[in-house]
Amino acid sequence: MRLFNKRLNRSLPVTTLLFLFLAVFGMFMALPLVYAVNNAFKPLDELFIFPPRFFVRNPTLDNFYDLVAVMGDSWVPISRYFFNTILITVFGTGGHIIFASMAAYPLAKYKFPGSKVIFQIVILALMFSPHVTAIPNYLVMSGLGWIDSYLSLIIPAMAFPLGLFLMKQFMEQIPDAMLEAAKIDGASEFHIFWKIVMPNVKPAWLTLLILQFPILWGTNGGNFIYSEELKTLNYALEQITEAGIARAGVGAAVALILMSVPIILFIVSQSKVIETMSSSGMKD
Amino acid sequence: MKAKSIEQPVKDIVYPKQEVARNSNRNNKWQRLKRDMKKAKHYYLLMAPFMVIFLLFTIVPVVASFVLSFFSFNMLEMPKFVGWDNYSRLFLSDDVFMTALRNTLVFAAITGPLSYIACFIFAWIINELSPKIRAFMTVIFYAPSIAGNVFFIWLIIFSGDAYGYLNGFLMEFGIILESIQWLRDEQYVLGVVILVQLWLSLGTSFIAFIAGLQTLDKSLIEAGAIDGIRNRWQELWYITLPSMKPQLLFGAVMQITQSFAVADISIALAGFPSVNYAAHTVVTHLMDYGTIRFEMGYASAIATVLFLLMVGTNILVQKLLRKVGT
Repeated sequence: MRLFNKRLNRSLPVTTLLFLFLAVFGMFMALPLVYAVNNAFKPLDELFIFPPRFFVRNPTLDNFYDLVAVMGDSWVPISRYFFNTILITVFGTGGHIIFASMAAYPLAKYKFPGSKVIFQIVILALMFSPHVTAIPNYLVMSGLGWIDSYLSLIIPAMAFPLGLFLMKQFMEQIPDAMLEAAKIDGASEFHIFWKIVMPNVKPAWLTLLILQFPILWGTNGGNFIYSEELKTLNYALEQITEAGIARAGVGAAVALILMSVPIILFIVSQSKVIETMSSSGMKD
Repeated sequence: MKAKSIEQPVKDIVYPKQEVARNSNRNNKWQRLKRDMKKAKHYYLLMAPFMVIFLLFTIVPVVASFVLSFFSFNMLEMPKFVGWDNYSRLFLSDDVFMTALRNTLVFAAITGPLSYIACFIFAWIINELSPKIRAFMTVIFYAPSIAGNVFFIWLIIFSGDAYGYLNGFLMEFGIILESIQWLRDEQYVLGVVILVQLWLSLGTSFIAFIAGLQTLDKSLIEAGAIDGIRNRWQELWYITLPSMKPQLLFGAVMQITQSFAVADISIALAGFPSVNYAAHTVVTHLMDYGTIRFEMGYASAIATVLFLLMVGTNILVQKLLRKVGT
């Protein structure tokens, strides 16, 4: 396998130096994750050894068995936390992809009254973090009666401005001729959207998925969810970690499960994500 | 005399006509808008679901937050109008807010530019690698930002007793003799939070940069080589950066927002409140008043200040970035 692409105007010493730089920081990025993986397979005596050891010596699946056995009997079984997290993630992400695409299609392909203003507002909305709106958001939720229900986590996730922005940028690449041909054949606007536009923006779906998934997957729902049986896996992890030494192994196992799902998803969809993001720029 | 008498009636005829013309023009404009909107009704319908949710959970809260910042409101009694009181209290008599603001600015000034530059430099070096290694390195650098709450691993690494990994290793090699309370010592805690935030911050903009670099027009680079570009640094400044301006602008927005909104990591690592407010940020201050003390008006004023801070920095940075490569 060749390490570098052959390029114009490259000198070997600088290339080597840059690669070393990348390798050092790559280690810094990767080590905590490698450590998290190792931790999940450590037997209890290796978790608390002095001096601490980075890599596991005698790997064991005990932590995962404990997770099922101990946490399975608790008041709210661990499977319920799994179910909640999966439910919130699937509906939140799915709804986001569909709604953002529906809104992005007219913005990308047609000019109509208000289209420019709407897109400007979406760009402005990229600039504030959800923390800014957290408090009035709570008031809106309680007004709708959504506090302590899945809705409070699923519905707002469907309208993140970043998704609309990326989808619109990507849809601009669909050739107009294709849409016009469909229109001449008498297809309705919705039909064009569903049968022609949506299949053509599959890479962008995957990108919205990979951006939205970790947010919902990692949510602890702390501000809106109060019933124990509606809480998420991440919340459970926090509780396990709080419990301290007795649950350190189980905590490591949950952490491994939590982190590997989004990473695997990204590995699988990497090339599509990069294809979409190449149209993510903002014009002057 | 004759000429004048002719002129007069002409004027009389022209004026009312112009009036009518202007009126009908306005009517036409209004009617055209109505017609355009009617023609676009399918588009509005398609956009409706997203826009309703967006309005409800983004626009209304931002506006409400701004309005609430002029009221005193505790969720139980009716809001009471207090004018600029919240703001004057915030800036003149709230020492903790000043600490939070200072921490946030230090934080943003370090992590913002550093992570932005890191995103670009790593993307740029990775782009030189052959495809398979490039894909692998992309995952390595992007993984922390999507791995969810794995920053709890850093809690173990920086744990204050001898079983903490950093302490353990440093003691093993004799660099320190006693374990250091990394997360309970004012001296270290902000530094630790900054380090972990940097680890987490190679996110959306990093991927956007990689994508931008891969779609760079190769013929531009060849043309540049003919025109006398001698090394990769010249290529970077004269060709790569200017062609990536759209991605650079987008990346800046994402990175700035992220660096001003830090809170979760501070809470997870340093606790809430952190020791002597050493890792207190504007957002943790906002959470303090919003979710613990229920002073909604005051918390809204904090949110408004944060929002203005973010938008202001964004405008400034976008202006700066437009000058790249020119």
